[in-house]
Amino acid sequence: MEMPTPNPEIIARKAALVARLERVLPKEAIISDEIETRAYECDALTAYKCPPMLAVLPSSTQEVSDVLRICHEMGVPVVPRGAGTSLAGGALPTADSIILGVAKMNDVLETDYENRIIRVQTGRTNLSVSGAVAEEDFFYAPDPSSQLACAIAGNIAMNSGGAHCLKYGVTTNNLLGVTLVLMDGTVTEIGGGYLDSGGLDLLGLICGSEGQLGVVTEATLRILRKPEGARPVLIGFDSNEVAGACVSDIIRAGVLPVAIEFMDRPCIEATEAFAHAGYPMCEALLIVEVEGSPDEIDAQLKVIKDIARGHNPVELREAQDEDEAARIWLGRKSAFGAMGQINDYMCLDGTIPVTALPLVLRRIEEMSKEYGLDVANVFHAGDGNMHPLILFDANKPGDLELCEDFGADILKLCVEVGGCLTGEHGVGVEKRDLMLVQYSKVDLEAQLAIKDVFDPAWLLNPAKVFPLAITKDRREARATAA
Amino acid sequence: MEPKNEAELAGIIAAAEGPLAIEGGGTRGVVVGGEVLSTSGLAGVELYEPGALTLVARAGTPVAKIEAVLAEHNQRMAFEPMDHRGLVGSSGTPTIGGVIAGNISGPRRVQVGAARDFLLGVRFVDGRGQVIRNGGRVMKNVTGYDLVKLLAGSWGTLGVLSEVALKVLPMAETQASVLVEVSDAGAAVGVMSRALGSPFEVSGAAFDPAASLVMLRVEGFEASVAYRLERLKDLLGDAGEVSFTETFEQSELLWRAVRDVDVFQGRAGDVWRLSVKPSQAPEVVARLEADGLLFDWGGGLIWVLMPEGVNFRQRAGGFAGHATLVRASEEVKARLGVFHPLPAPLQVISDGIRKRFDPRGILNAGLMQPGAGVAI
Repeated sequence: MEMPTPNPEIIARKAALVARLERVLPKEAIISDEIETRAYECDALTAYKCPPMLAVLPSSTQEVSDVLRICHEMGVPVVPRGAGTSLAGGALPTADSIILGVAKMNDVLETDYENRIIRVQTGRTNLSVSGAVAEEDFFYAPDPSSQLACAIAGNIAMNSGGAHCLKYGVTTNNLLGVTLVLMDGTVTEIGGGYLDSGGLDLLGLICGSEGQLGVVTEATLRILRKPEGARPVLIGFDSNEVAGACVSDIIRAGVLPVAIEFMDRPCIEATEAFAHAGYPMCEALLIVEVEGSPDEIDAQLKVIKDIARGHNPVELREAQDEDEAARIWLGRKSAFGAMGQINDYMCLDGTIPVTALPLVLRRIEEMSKEYGLDVANVFHAGDGNMHPLILFDANKPGDLELCEDFGADILKLCVEVGGCLTGEHGVGVEKRDLMLVQYSKVDLEAQLAIKDVFDPAWLLNPAKVFPLAITKDRREARATAA
Repeated sequence: MEPKNEAELAGIIAAAEGPLAIEGGGTRGVVVGGEVLSTSGLAGVELYEPGALTLVARAGTPVAKIEAVLAEHNQRMAFEPMDHRGLVGSSGTPTIGGVIAGNISGPRRVQVGAARDFLLGVRFVDGRGQVIRNGGRVMKNVTGYDLVKLLAGSWGTLGVLSEVALKVLPMAETQASVLVEVSDAGAAVGVMSRALGSPFEVSGAAFDPAASLVMLRVEGFEASVAYRLERLKDLLGDAGEVSFTETFEQSELLWRAVRDVDVFQGRAGDVWRLSVKPSQAPEVVARLEADGLLFDWGGGLIWVLMPEGVNFRQRAGGFAGHATLVRASEEVKARLGVFHPLPAPLQVISDGIRKRFDPRGILNAGLMQPGAGVAI
């Protein structure tokens, strides 16, 4: 993975930068020791590491503004960081950059049940947002798998999704307002406790911009009342194709489940050995969950079970109680951990039209044989968001590169069938160089123009999202200016 | 000018020597200077996959055509775009491009989201005549910046849409509405908040003060709708007399009337659209001395009928949200401004984006700009 060559002139000004930061931040909020900065050398894409020049952990919007203003004045690149759970390398630093972490900013600022909103500082973890409103039976809907650890800041940066977004949407559909700090230190509010913001939809633009347009320090989020109940059903099939066809039929039938999750045989076997969820050994299984009162659940599950029976399932298991429901979800939720027990893996995130599922699964299997690397598939089938996990051995020379080539081929296939490179993880550094597979240079130039407006000096997370070759002039113009 | 395809559209914009007035069906009451550039020649559904809940259409495709195509498979645009013709007194055929350019959403916005939430991808021609693509046709897509959202609600000021990809949803088997007799706005917002904060999946929450009636819609399959009606009655019975609509058609007509703000049709005066935090709505509207009010989105959207030429924003005083002047004479629009003023940093950013996408300033010049009221 190529990263820009660190600028020695910036590194040479480290002491001056620290001196200025010490005037606006408490000493303990500045991490400059070379051993301690290693804690920030990577995120969850651990294959790539580089300690930053410094890490700072501000406690308020004002402090974030001060830090950004100083870095802007001194021409220092800034890499914003939430909880560091990005699978795409969104928070990977360079040696001449500082990490700006919002982890200390995790307060709930306001809960408002009448207007069904919560306002939080963005260092707060996803799950603890739901936790803050649980006593009134409300919840925050987007639920990425990392929800125990991941921060709202990162959720907004990557426009995170989750298993239940088939019904409730992703982050952008549940975000009503932000406090945004621009690279020059300007603090501004976009949106708020009302549904549509006036003017251009800058809120929609900020969400998913991977920390390249500004640093979001506070967010107003939509909260929802919990449903009366929810119940999953587990359906096993003897082929991926049939499972894929069943997904399409369920969607077409007019019932909209809250989640449709898919696992293939390699994934079922691995999770079964790891979590002992009691899954049937079959080629593919679906977990379909519906919500409502007990009678409403029965009625919806009847439709789903009837459709499933038309596809000759090898297993059809409905949760009879909370415990069985938890067991059905147990395997799915431990899938990534289970794969990690077997080997190193790379988790992809391409999204495809649901109707292309059988074709894409078959092609992945063929490519797996060609590359000689195993793949397990576990994903959100309802919305076509695939998560192929390619297994490799990080200690075996060349295996990571082989795995990356295989991954790139899968993502190209996703684009070819009408899909995209990433459904919820973001581009980061991981998929940066594939952007021209999905978009033309003109398409990308329109996106670069947006960054030019928000961050003319290209200091915020500059080496991400776009192929380095096409951002080179912009980044180097900054270096010359500095 | 009426290009027949995207390449022609791009050619016209690249060669334009003066301002262009971008028009879909011309039904939303937008008036801007310049030569009219209509997208109505770019029509047709390009792709529809019911099993993937996606539809791709050229921008000039009539909304009615899309609704008909979807209805064949029992699907719909869940964001329920309003039809402005009755309210603003326009004629013509609403197009999907116009819906997206204006981010036009109806009562179900409170439950499922706005037009922008159902927009998966766009193709558009910028002010230089370049064809630009963003998003795609899949449900989840975080590949690069979300220009899809940016284009929704940009009223043709950043580019002319040539094609849009939409997420669609199954139609509900049936619907019915709970009607609660309430006269006071504060109490009405309280009732709507309780309903929307319940687990009973209310898909519309409106209040018509002239009829002293709160309306709450539930949709789904028959037994589920019946169940939720009763539960809402139990929940809200202490607030006022509760009744139900008797037929599917009755409920459907009720919500069409809310969607299109029928209560103001044929009544003189300016029409304002106020977006506000529901709990703040009663105090804001109390300051307005309005001639008519209709609350939608649980009180988050207020349609206001005002005497002609009154400076609404001044009268409303400070509030979090924004107000748009939807219907007024061109003189009043020019004087009061159609769009709400933005905070200074957001205005700078908006101007910057516009300058990059349309360096010559030829697309709907003056629209969405402070002080220049030619719009909607």
